[in-house]
Amino acid sequence: MEYLIEMTGIHKSFSSVQVLKNAAFRLKAGEIHALMGENGAGKSTLMKILTGVYKADAGTIKVKGKETAFANPTEAENSGVAIIHQELNIIPKLTVAENMFLGRQLVYGRTGILRDKEMKNKTREYMQRLGVELDPDAVAESLSIGQQQMIEIAKALSKNAEVLIMDEPTAALTDREIESLFQIMNQLRSEGVGIVYISHRMEEIFRMCDEISVLRDGSFLGTEQTASTTVQHIVRLMVGREIGDRYPERRTVIGSERLRVSGLSDGKKLNDISFSVKAGEIVGVAGLMGAGRTEIMRLLFGADKKKKGQVWLDGKVVNISDPASAIQAGIVFVTEDRKHQGLILDMSVRENLSLTNYPFIAGKGIISSGKEQELSEQMIKRFNIRTRDAEQTVKSLSGGNQQKIAIGKWLGKLPKVFIMDEPTRGVDVGAKKEIYSMMNELSEQGVAIIMVSSDLPEVLGVSDRVIVVHEGRIASVLDKTQMNQEAIMHAATGGSSNGH
Amino acid sequence: MAIKNKQLSTVLQKLGPLIGLCIIVLILILSSPNFLTINNILNVFRQVSINALIAFGMTFVILTGGIDLSVGATLALSGALTAGMMSSGLDPITAVIIGLLAGAVMGAVNGLLVTKTNIAPFIATLATMTIYRGLALVYTDGRPITGFNSEFFTMIGGGYFFGVPVPVMITIILFAVLYFILRKTTFGRNVYAIGGNEEASRLSGIKTGRFKIYVYTLTGLLSSLAGIILASRLNSAQANAGTGYELDAIAAVVLGGTSLSGGRGWIVGTLVGALIIGVLNNGLNLMGVSSFYQQVVKGLVILLAVLLDRKKASS
Repeated sequence: MEYLIEMTGIHKSFSSVQVLKNAAFRLKAGEIHALMGENGAGKSTLMKILTGVYKADAGTIKVKGKETAFANPTEAENSGVAIIHQELNIIPKLTVAENMFLGRQLVYGRTGILRDKEMKNKTREYMQRLGVELDPDAVAESLSIGQQQMIEIAKALSKNAEVLIMDEPTAALTDREIESLFQIMNQLRSEGVGIVYISHRMEEIFRMCDEISVLRDGSFLGTEQTASTTVQHIVRLMVGREIGDRYPERRTVIGSERLRVSGLSDGKKLNDISFSVKAGEIVGVAGLMGAGRTEIMRLLFGADKKKKGQVWLDGKVVNISDPASAIQAGIVFVTEDRKHQGLILDMSVRENLSLTNYPFIAGKGIISSGKEQELSEQMIKRFNIRTRDAEQTVKSLSGGNQQKIAIGKWLGKLPKVFIMDEPTRGVDVGAKKEIYSMMNELSEQGVAIIMVSSDLPEVLGVSDRVIVVHEGRIASVLDKTQMNQEAIMHAATGGSSNGH
Repeated sequence: MAIKNKQLSTVLQKLGPLIGLCIIVLILILSSPNFLTINNILNVFRQVSINALIAFGMTFVILTGGIDLSVGATLALSGALTAGMMSSGLDPITAVIIGLLAGAVMGAVNGLLVTKTNIAPFIATLATMTIYRGLALVYTDGRPITGFNSEFFTMIGGGYFFGVPVPVMITIILFAVLYFILRKTTFGRNVYAIGGNEEASRLSGIKTGRFKIYVYTLTGLLSSLAGIILASRLNSAQANAGTGYELDAIAAVVLGGTSLSGGRGWIVGTLVGALIIGVLNNGLNLMGVSSFYQQVVKGLVILLAVLLDRKKASS
């Protein structure tokens, strides 16, 4: 059997920490192969070694049967191995076409004069092949994250890759975009391209992939045929223990109304948003990318200025003019983009946790080092944050642990309303479950939780009620008996106004 | 082992500027017999205190990710106002207080421009720099204001307190206070947070606009204090005082290892940076190096310091 990629006995250490121990990976032509493991298991490192970002300390890499070690990603690309990174490599101020051809612009001869029209046409062509409508002249920063990701995918396709590595490609895509991506993947598979698919979404993996390879703590644990394995088995391999059901059991008592929002508008996209959440309730907010879910939450939290609308907390009108006043009133917000909006990456775990908890560590503006130390140690323990110590910079933690800080920093005091925007994006199975348990615990203590999520199984698995947003309006509110995938998608795509 | 190495390298990085200062001092001691005399050392400290005070404020501004180009002009305008009011018969203490308040207001204006109009700090303070300097020229009519017959006022720049020059004393006290604020208070923590990630800070409930206004106000206040000290020492205030001081202050901050993009740095480094510049000036003077060459040397030292810093940061 000829393999496209054959990696064996790969070892890699970073400053005396061993990240990969005897890792292996094999990819055949014309297959979609999932690479799974918890955050920090070594998936990304292994792929970075394959594409020449890092050098392995030991081990062999064969590409199409020939032993190879790419010196850098460009060399890998030229040999037909392309990677779509989880972190977007898009330059915000450039257009779609300019991003597509970045570093390999088409020019007239050797003049350096750009063949603009040709590049735009090519861009249009690739976008059509992906089934997305994107103006080649659109500036990247004006697009949604999902649309930006489409640029990356189109870019990789345009390089005629034989091996395509996709690191969490669907994390920020809408369902429609995911469908067209899957179609493209199927098409590429039939053309003989080998696809490495890294994702935390079990449904997608079991739907799309032929084989699943699992890494744990940097070691290769085996490859399973998707057709003959189960989610439970894969999860057990990944975490090395049973973690039980994916969604912890809810045993909540739903109380009286906590939050009421009435007639919220921003004068632009959002119109007449009204809903309420009860104490102890988890309300899921579903909708397509760009429907306005995040914008509603930002308005409610005072991050953006509202034009109209009123907010009641426990029956009393509250005036929210900025995030500080929202927090004062007991409304807190975990943003969807933890790196740019949730955390201060260069600061330590301790400092990030302190920022929202001054009342507990500082009197009259002077911080007590002892109390601060105590608070951060307590929180690290309470939220099971895996960090060397409280002084480690947040930047160097895994996504799951960063997210636990972004959530945990709000829990020094019990909030009244907890808004969470994509709380488990880019987080592994184990950490996901910990976050769900945290949400459960909070709701048991009477916190009203609003969870915006693009992961439908998650919305259905966690929520007591679902609000569906469509084009800046609330299209439907579904209770437990009405909640299902079809009803949500129906409302999210503008189907009907009441979920029936 | 790796952890220990990392701690060691951060310590080294923080100590880097101090080691540089020691090397320069050592060279000067060996090459110029007049350097290590009590008189000369006090003189250096007195000269350094003016740049240090401005640079302290600049450290706060830069830590929030901003910059303030108007400090030199603020120094000139508040020095001139104080001197002008005294020469028109106002009580010196009141005049000094008004001078300080004027500096604070000029800083607050910078802060308001930066936060309320969203003009980039570089542009906003470039504009106010020109405005403040212009106002100083208007106020003084382009002529120096001299001849203050106030013991109190002369003491600010020229007096001694237990053998230590008053400006040096003021600088040491303010250094201690500002060090404490940055290290130990929520205000200081917010300054770092805003520079590290302004949007995340705002969404964490920090009133980022308000704190930025405070920081620019503080810088204006410190600049006016420097202006009053300078006017007192020279027994004269003029509209062109402090020209180019903004660059010396920025140089001191950068030499001290504070990141121009904000969020990282410390005020101890700034003090050391100001000392490096001051000692270098003084030493080159003693060695009889022409003031033209002095500038070249100063520039080279800044380049060298930043390059070394970057090397350490990347290793």
